[in-house]
Amino acid sequence: MEGWVAVVSQADRVACEDVVMFVNAAIASTAQREFRSGAATQRLSLGFLHEYVLGNYRDLYAATLALDVNELNAAMVVTNLLRTAREASGEQRAVEGRLIAARLRSLPPQRVYGVFRELRRLGVNNRRTRVIVRDWVAARPDPAFDAIKYRRSLSVAARHAHLPLPGEVGTVLFDWRRPKRYDTPILEAWRRAHYDQRALYELPYTVAEGLAAQHGIDRARFLSGIAPKLTGGERLRLQGTAVRHKVEAVAMDLATAPLTRLAIYALSLSRPERARRRDELAGALQAAARRAAGRQAGTWGRVVAVLDDSYSAAGSGVKRRRPLAVALATRYLLEALAADFTGLWLHHRGDPLLVHPIGATGLGVRIVDALERRPDRVVIVSDGWDNHPPGQAAEVLRVWRTRLDPHQATSVVHLNPVYDADTFDVRRLAAGVATVGVRDAEDVGALVELARFATGSAGFDELRRHLADRVARFLSAEEAVS
Amino acid sequence: MTAATDGINLTGLIVGPAQMWGAIRLVPLLRPSPITDLRLNARLYDPDELSIVRTGPRTTYLSYIPHAFVATWTTDTTPAAAYGTQLRDSADTRPPIGIRLALRRRMARREDRHRLRFLPLHLAMEGYLALQFGGPPIAWQEWTRHAVTRGLSPRVEASYAGATVAGLDDALRVFEIHPDQCGMVLYVADALAAAFVVPHPDDYRALHPTLLQDFYGELLFHYTHLYPAVPDFTSRLDDTVIASIADLRAQLARVDADWRAFHALMADGLLAAERLTVTPVQRMGRFTLARFLPAFNPEAENHIGETITDEAGQLAYLKTFRLSAAQTRRGHLLSQLTANDWDLDATATALGTDRDALIQRLDRAGFGHLLRPDIIDACRTRARELRSRATKAGPTK
Repeated sequence: MEGWVAVVSQADRVACEDVVMFVNAAIASTAQREFRSGAATQRLSLGFLHEYVLGNYRDLYAATLALDVNELNAAMVVTNLLRTAREASGEQRAVEGRLIAARLRSLPPQRVYGVFRELRRLGVNNRRTRVIVRDWVAARPDPAFDAIKYRRSLSVAARHAHLPLPGEVGTVLFDWRRPKRYDTPILEAWRRAHYDQRALYELPYTVAEGLAAQHGIDRARFLSGIAPKLTGGERLRLQGTAVRHKVEAVAMDLATAPLTRLAIYALSLSRPERARRRDELAGALQAAARRAAGRQAGTWGRVVAVLDDSYSAAGSGVKRRRPLAVALATRYLLEALAADFTGLWLHHRGDPLLVHPIGATGLGVRIVDALERRPDRVVIVSDGWDNHPPGQAAEVLRVWRTRLDPHQATSVVHLNPVYDADTFDVRRLAAGVATVGVRDAEDVGALVELARFATGSAGFDELRRHLADRVARFLSAEEAVS
Repeated sequence: MTAATDGINLTGLIVGPAQMWGAIRLVPLLRPSPITDLRLNARLYDPDELSIVRTGPRTTYLSYIPHAFVATWTTDTTPAAAYGTQLRDSADTRPPIGIRLALRRRMARREDRHRLRFLPLHLAMEGYLALQFGGPPIAWQEWTRHAVTRGLSPRVEASYAGATVAGLDDALRVFEIHPDQCGMVLYVADALAAAFVVPHPDDYRALHPTLLQDFYGELLFHYTHLYPAVPDFTSRLDDTVIASIADLRAQLARVDADWRAFHALMADGLLAAERLTVTPVQRMGRFTLARFLPAFNPEAENHIGETITDEAGQLAYLKTFRLSAAQTRRGHLLSQLTANDWDLDATATALGTDRDALIQRLDRAGFGHLLRPDIIDACRTRARELRSRATKAGPTK
């Protein structure tokens, strides 16, 4: 009998580890090139992990839609669930349907249209899928706007799911040469913009940009004209271009940008530039961090962060300085969350805004520096390649747990922004220390909650209960909005 | 002039923990106080790169040009490769001793990008051997006129460019360079492949990518295919003696010391090599440029290379190449010839063989063109007769 219990608990532990592994991967990985592995490896590894979890733990796989998994993985989960709907029972399908609908509502439209195109490519077309597509498109605030901005995607979705499109929207997608004019203002603006430069500035930026190139409009003039139409993300992305072309209309209040995006923007500037605009950038980062911390601000007690600024934090060509930006953003967030905060970079000293990725990853000594202060929490943000010397952080943390802090007065959590394709997980630092994947520093509060499952101290039942709770909260929040 | 020493002295350099990638193990050498009065020749730096050269216009410093370094040395725009590492005064504007390169169009275009690079070719290797062995100093009648006047040149040695060594490109790309790093020891499947030391971290940063264009022995090329990965050496802290943070720090310091001792053990093929023959070639200011040859012991690792040391014997520049087994055998023959002033009979006695056997060995090792054709022909005829007599005698018995 005891043996049987041991087998059950063993299976439970494996299941728990698998699910935590998948959640970590789904939060951190974007299937793009990382510092140490290429895009193809990342994509292959992530694809396999999705198949594995879908095949073995379908309920939990669907439930991850309620967690902070990133947009790429949410889209992959939705696609995979719809693709294999035949294998699900009726009850499962009902829950999955609600989760999918709720998650699609919170995804940005281009991601959702991406899912629809993928469904079309895979030939997934059944009544349920068509209803999901129809409901989502019907819930869009302005179909005419989508017909302009996501023109190809909407036409693909409409053809695939046999969507009834209102009035002129169908015409503009499938028979756009015929009408002499449109009654809907944005469609008319789009028609005129092909001939008339002034009409261009009534269109969304992405559409106008192509037409501006056709008209040969000067970039500076185009940017100042289109400035009122820019979305928040586009505006932040164009800051550098605007400075180069001396367009003042694109300038923005940085404090409104999300924390991690802001950190990426700050790190994209040269160091003298950062020093010059120090007050503005630090103020914006602090404001964004306070906003992200919300009601939790100041509740975390004494916190010390060990932040990785080694060369590998430079990321890759497609994710420039992403790991460093996550570390910088986490630093500001923790400063807002903690009553008393100390941030320790591996190499950098002084103003955190001037941090630069250089040197090896000597986590061990820095963790000792952090633990010496005896804080309530130690947060480590690193890609986990501890190489100066290899594995020293693990040894330090082991000795700390066994000899110096057996009552666990200090909680240690490791946040890892990089998915390691070879181990199908984010790289871990030590056996007893929770490692969770992180994409946006804004989610750190929720991630630390998840961290207790990553050490193996909490059981599978507890994990199931936690996920069920998250699903219920997510569904009630999303369905209350709609 | 020539002196024999035991091993290369790494005083002033600290060994850092290794970083692994597949079969490649890269061990950084750190210099707490960099040497500032010997720098990479400023003409080798990219003129657009503003961040590197920080020496003011009036600072006097010596500069060095590594062997086989390609740059636009001459007053016209054709690229040339430096022939042998050279020491120079910073005020010296004459072009260094170099070999003009007749490049194909594609390579000439690459040159325009001001990339620092070495000749990724056998040329560099040939140059090394030709530099090391000048040829017969006495015009013994057995050697050809060409051998006496020109030495070993042209001499071909095969080597592999770093780019063909599997995984080396990734290993160098993901290597995290230390801010005070001045050198690197490169292991392939835990065999010491090359050591590289420069005086200043900025020089190292500029030259780090050139390790990929460098040349490596055949052995290392095969090792990367045979051994997929080398193990990570992690040292375990002794937790029974730790009762406080101070104890923990003391243990970490002990681990650091262990690392250094361990590395000295791993690199002992070079650092503790017996009977290195060091030949000083140039002296300038307080620095001495020297080339060294190994003992050519066929049973041990053999590295050839160049060093620049200061008056106290501190290493400022080092570049080595590991010889393959066949190259070691050839080097062994050449070194024996040099030791006996290229006298065939004396060399044969020293090697414990006779004159004919030595000539055959030279021929097989690819040095046949140095000997007069009639000498080789006579030797070959005698050998053939000997063989035919043996085969005839065999079946009749």
